[in-house]
Amino acid sequence: MLIGIVRREILLTMRHPADLLNPLVFFVLVVSLFPLGISPSDEILREIAPGVIWVAALLATLLSMELMFKSDYEDGSLEQMSISPQPFMMLVGGKIIGQWLVSGLPLVLISPMLALMLSLGEEGIKAMFISLLLGTPTLSLLGSIGAGLTIGLKKGGVLIAILILPLYIPTLILGTHMIQVAEAGGTYTGEILWMSALLALSVGLAPFATAESIRIVLSDG
Amino acid sequence: MWKWFYKLGAPKSFFALSGKLLPWFSISALLFLSIGMVWGLLFSPPDYQQGDAARIMFIHVPASILAQSSYFMMASAGVIFLIWRIKLAEVALQCAAPIGASITFLALITGSIWGKPMWGTWWVWDARLTSTLVLFFLFVGIMALRSAMENRASAGRATSLLALVGLVNLPIIKFSVDWWNTLHQSSSFSLTEKPAMPIEMWFPLLLMVIGFYLFFFSVWVMRIRTEILNRERKTDWVRNLIKEKVSHAV
Repeated sequence: MLIGIVRREILLTMRHPADLLNPLVFFVLVVSLFPLGISPSDEILREIAPGVIWVAALLATLLSMELMFKSDYEDGSLEQMSISPQPFMMLVGGKIIGQWLVSGLPLVLISPMLALMLSLGEEGIKAMFISLLLGTPTLSLLGSIGAGLTIGLKKGGVLIAILILPLYIPTLILGTHMIQVAEAGGTYTGEILWMSALLALSVGLAPFATAESIRIVLSDG
Repeated sequence: MWKWFYKLGAPKSFFALSGKLLPWFSISALLFLSIGMVWGLLFSPPDYQQGDAARIMFIHVPASILAQSSYFMMASAGVIFLIWRIKLAEVALQCAAPIGASITFLALITGSIWGKPMWGTWWVWDARLTSTLVLFFLFVGIMALRSAMENRASAGRATSLLALVGLVNLPIIKFSVDWWNTLHQSSSFSLTEKPAMPIEMWFPLLLMVIGFYLFFFSVWVMRIRTEILNRERKTDWVRNLIKEKVSHAV
């Protein structure tokens, strides 16, 4: 059942490739603005690269969050899901997984290329890849709470940023720190464990909160 | 056993009870604040290192302490509302958000004013400053969500849920920010340990902290009472109340 929802999510996105590509293009664009805006010098770029990539990833995730429940809400399938005999939490969890697979994962996969453009070292790229792989699911999970709360609101876009960005701070700090440590030649097992802990915590709690938030919005009628 | 709990939750009885308690709260808040302020600002000894500039702590420290616990109190109201569906708790949550946000803002501003002579800069990206800033954002988020949702019933549940999510995240954010950067002097005000500062400074500070809490409670209760009247304006007891007041006035 979970797999069914995930497959449906992927299929729906594949029919609209623009939904898949837009956050990705946004991610690449934002990252490439920084060398233009700050400096093309290698040293400066290497220094700011972890933060730039992570902030861009944060914003790109946020962008894709807005669309997460939108079409399902508009055509009523979200309501059908909420009254189906299956546990709603699982269905919501499936939607989050699907959403991550089509928006978070491509972002992780393309990030080494951007890291090269920002002249990160080999170790740094490896750490960045791991940190994004562990961090973006957390971002999707936390973001889904905001997406749930703002379904059906006209000014959802800005509001979701205000609600969710503060919650992204721990992931941002850990993620950038991990890359910085790796660049300096240190070990970053501790950061990996912390990020995994955050991920585990959000896997446990976020689908519940998201399901509840969608219920609240749906009860609005 | 729970009867008093539900009874207190009824708007009418809360209104009656709070009407009796409110003067005590506000008068004692005024008392504590004025004594603490005069003592702290005029009579307590200047700091041996920071001189008279440290006197801003009599505002800054209580505001910072209250900022965090006001979020906690607000979120507790949210939890009570989600579990027991007591409408009063939802009103309490809505009313606490703006007060908490302003107290947090006060803590930030006074901290920044204090930082200028001490650290030589208005703002540093230090752990405590940053987590207070994040706290401010969390308050703003609650208020923004409330104003964006038109239906009052679902807005109440949504903001309660958001406050709860914030409550879970707050320690994580605090921890991560602490770990990220620490420059701020560690807290030297505690009730349980022997104070690190001279007693002539510690005592007015204690008065100020209590005064801030009392002030918070009285403003909170005032806002809740206004909101109750606004929401229940079509009910009999509010109409009777208004009639009574009007006839008194005439």
